[in-house]
Amino acid sequence: MSRYRISGKGRVDHAAPVSFTFDGKTYRGLRGDTVASALLANGVHLMGRSFKYHRPRGAVTAGSEEPNALIGTSRGPGRFEPNTRATVQELRAGLVTESQNKWPSLSFDLGAVNDRAYMLFSAGFYYKTFMWPKSFWDKVYEPVIRGAAGLGRSPTEPDPDHYASRYLHTDVLIVGAGPAGIAAALAAAQSGADVTLVDENPEMGGSLLSDPGVAIDGRPAWDWIDAQLGRLRAAGVRLMTRTTAIGYYHQNMVGLCQRLTDHLDSPPKGAPRERMWRVRASQVVLAQGALEKPLVFDGNDRPGVMLAGAAQTYLHKYGVRVGDAPAVVTSHDSAWYAAFDLADSGAKVAAIIDTRATVRPDLLDAARQRGIEVLAGHTVTTTTGRLRVKSLRAAAVRGGTVSGGRTIPCDCLLMCGGWTPSLHLFSHTKGSLAWDADGGTFLPDRKTEAVEIAGAGRGLWGYDPVLADGAAAGLRALQGLGRAGHPAAFRVANDRPGTGTSHTELPTDGNPGKARAFVDFQNDVTAKDIRLAVREGMRSIEHVKRYTTNGMATDQGKMSNINGLMIAADALGKQPPQVGLTTFRPPYTPTSFGAFCGYLRGETFQLTRKTPIDPWAEANGAVFEPVAQWRRAWYFPKAGEDMHTAVLRECKATRASLGIFDASTLGKIEVAGPDAVEFMNRMYTNPWTKLQPGRCRYGLLLGEDGFIRDDGVIGRLSPDLFHVTTTTGGAARVLTMMEDYLQTEWPDLDVWLTSTTEQWATVALNGPNVLAMLKPLVQDVDWDDFPHMSCAECTVAGLPARLFRLSFTGEIGFEVNVPARHGLTLWETLMEAGKPFDICPYGTETMHVLRAEKGYIIVGQDTDGTVTPQDAGLDWAIGKAKKDFVGKRSLSRPDIVAKGRKQLVGLLTEDGSLLQEGAQIVLDPDQPKPMRMVGHVTSSYPSTMGHPIAMAVIEGGFDRMGETVFIPMPDGVRRARITSTVFYDPDNARLKA
Amino acid sequence: MLLIHCPYCDDTLPELEFAYAGEAHIARPADPSALTDEEWRDFLFIRTNARGPHYERWRHIGCGRLFNALRDTVSDRFLTTYKAGEARRPLTNEAAE
Ligand SMILES: [Zn+2]
Repeated sequence: MSRYRISGKGRVDHAAPVSFTFDGKTYRGLRGDTVASALLANGVHLMGRSFKYHRPRGAVTAGSEEPNALIGTSRGPGRFEPNTRATVQELRAGLVTESQNKWPSLSFDLGAVNDRAYMLFSAGFYYKTFMWPKSFWDKVYEPVIRGAAGLGRSPTEPDPDHYASRYLHTDVLIVGAGPAGIAAALAAAQSGADVTLVDENPEMGGSLLSDPGVAIDGRPAWDWIDAQLGRLRAAGVRLMTRTTAIGYYHQNMVGLCQRLTDHLDSPPKGAPRERMWRVRASQVVLAQGALEKPLVFDGNDRPGVMLAGAAQTYLHKYGVRVGDAPAVVTSHDSAWYAAFDLADSGAKVAAIIDTRATVRPDLLDAARQRGIEVLAGHTVTTTTGRLRVKSLRAAAVRGGTVSGGRTIPCDCLLMCGGWTPSLHLFSHTKGSLAWDADGGTFLPDRKTEAVEIAGAGRGLWGYDPVLADGAAAGLRALQGLGRAGHPAAFRVANDRPGTGTSHTELPTDGNPGKARAFVDFQNDVTAKDIRLAVREGMRSIEHVKRYTTNGMATDQGKMSNINGLMIAADALGKQPPQVGLTTFRPPYTPTSFGAFCGYLRGETFQLTRKTPIDPWAEANGAVFEPVAQWRRAWYFPKAGEDMHTAVLRECKATRASLGIFDASTLGKIEVAGPDAVEFMNRMYTNPWTKLQPGRCRYGLLLGEDGFIRDDGVIGRLSPDLFHVTTTTGGAARVLTMMEDYLQTEWPDLDVWLTSTTEQWATVALNGPNVLAMLKPLVQDVDWDDFPHMSCAECTVAGLPARLFRLSFTGEIGFEVNVPARHGLTLWETLMEAGKPFDICPYGTETMHVLRAEKGYIIVGQDTDGTVTPQDAGLDWAIGKAKKDFVGKRSLSRPDIVAKGRKQLVGLLTEDGSLLQEGAQIVLDPDQPKPMRMVGHVTSSYPSTMGHPIAMAVIEGGFDRMGETVFIPMPDGVRRARITSTVFYDPDNARLKA
Repeated sequence: MLLIHCPYCDDTLPELEFAYAGEAHIARPADPSALTDEEWRDFLFIRTNARGPHYERWRHIGCGRLFNALRDTVSDRFLTTYKAGEARRPLTNEAAE
């Protein structure tokens, strides 16, 4: 039996010991413990060091709001997690834990020298201390800060666990399964509604688990909980424990993170670690309860100083007495009950110090019966003890004057500064808050969602009003669904009602300038820091927060926000609501990245689109590259070839004889209907009226702003049917744009648009031998009337096909489209038929080299959304006689016709070196820095002509033909000559062969 | 995640199925060439940028249709949605969800 464990007490299993380690030392806890309760049972209060001053710290809470007891936990190889809250992590066999922010050891820490130098680290120290001299910033300050910054250490390996996600639709979602939540669920479940009750703890019951002496409807609290949960289960209510509502989003969508395996000794193989639920609820009931506030006084952060309610929880839930000689300091009645429970469990309570001069007589009586000394109208001015509190100094407060200080020995100090309703989720909905001056707290006010707030979460106290309020909220939710139910009443015996007052930092007879009275424990923000921030000009609580970092820790100010606000308001001489409350944002508690990612990682991060010919490419050693969501064959290396060698071989084989390329990813859209040609005339820059069926044309698509959006070859298969192709990445965008115009601007046009990208497999054949190879395979084409830029519906290799004669290489070329299911057959047939011509499969890289040699642009590579047809040298694609098309009016805007626009030109380096795509271009390499950049390289490749080629956009480029420009690179300045973009066969002689 | 009513499908569906498509009721001029540079600039670039109720277009990816919506940009609440081509819904009806 551990020293501080009370035999038989608590909800832990005394017959089931569990071993774990903390900083290498083995401890024994019990099944049902958290790491914190197990350490406390062993008398260990010191659990970590603070972030800034490295002050020794212990658990101050027993729940998810814990700011201090953050530990590293390891669940085996690759399963290390920093900043786990020891007050939440359930014990399981073999758990390995470590403290954080300490060096060399937790009990002797060199970083604690910061604590002595605390004057340097006051509010705004980030902004002040490291300003001067400038040269110190990157050499001294930054490395030191970076070395010291961060909480815990990051995991170094990829997370081997997997995470699940689910959607849920429910009638009523109730968050928090304390008395109010259970009462609400009972009310909501009575007429068959679908009800979901969630709680972040392993067990439902909330505060009743820490108040077993309360009786409801004649049953002890714990029996009552069991009975009600049984009723709810029988009524089909979904009960979810270890499930935190992390965020409350629009229209009653609530995100839940359910922890599934971290508490298990040996998780089932393949079980997800956590599951994210996206819940859409018709009605939401928030029954999250309230969080206890610390009191702010010098030395309130020593290990052994904790919230009174936490001590009560450790006693009743875990059977752990947090000390033998506790003292209590409080401004609320609730801490008195904690003192009584500890006294009844055998502790010798040193004193109850209440800041209020007048205390309820029944509490005074109960203290007297137990022989506990009561100091009403008193304050605590300081504490002593290095790694654990040893004593406190109590003093009387009369008319604001502190006097008669006296030292009281204790081994722990339980504090209570009142309770703050948990309004985080409500605030996510932008619900407004109202200041309750009496309670010194904010309460929910105007709602924006179908939500009810019940119990301590709206400032109620005591089980009787809380149960009644929960039942009423559940009934209102039910009525919100249009269902009826009966009101419920509960009989509560041994209730623990209470009220309290609110404070800024407690008064002291010491030097307030030296007081280390902490407001934000995790970020080491003191009351003095907040007052300093106000003195230095911060007026809004948002500024105070950022200047002091109060409330910016991983607990998101759950314990510190209200105390910080009260002190800031006091310093400003304003009411708290005039100073404001900082915004609460999701998630409510720290949530793993894995839970957010869910299934979207690794191979299932994004779908990979594959063409029908992809299996052949894979079997034949293709190297792939991602293009939009497609994976495309990049090049086909032969044994021993690097990329450069393979690509040049593919290029030369195509130019010399015959190349074959999988172009199936090309976007395809069918534009059909009586008004198809009118629609094409309006959408594309080109004229379409005179294009005969059986012919095709390069089409250029602009935005209404006149900039190039997309391009592609478009065939007219019949008077009312166009086969439009788009860029691989632009297919969906182009269809959306066409639909937009068709539906909203020209709904009178009789046109149908159909995406056919995935219905056709497309194989491109290029090279001087293509006709010799292809002709024998084709039926129904009149070769005497099938010149360059023709198209036909015909049969190729026995397959129904759409055949296009076009070229993206400068050689004679064809694109054969067959229904996708025949794509692989077509490819294999063509490979066989091409054997006599040494047919060469090539990938996207060779496609790029061949097109660049001819100066064919790639939209999105050689253009960037600021390039007009004129800029790209594509004026010829504009139907000059057309009165209108999308973007036409913009082509005469003043900026578009102005001189000095960047224009697309060719570049040849003087030293024959390869330029880098994206490299910046200047006219004078000797000008002072920063240099004036006049453009950049858009495309750059080795070529079949023995020297690299490049394209670039350069200011006034068309007027600079033959001029030399300069490309400064890290290894020296390159010189390049401006040329035409057409490097290969400028007269198109090869196309006409 | 918002719930959005598609007036074509007559169904209220998660935001995931929809795409924003800019301010509504800005018709493309019948004859752009008749516009001055300033008028064309305004058509292209000048938008209301409303704080509060805002007429805007959304596309239902599921059915492919574009429709109009009145959405409050402060609360992010959809006040109403209606088919493309229909007249601007008056603001006074905004509460009639
Ligand atoms: Zn729809």
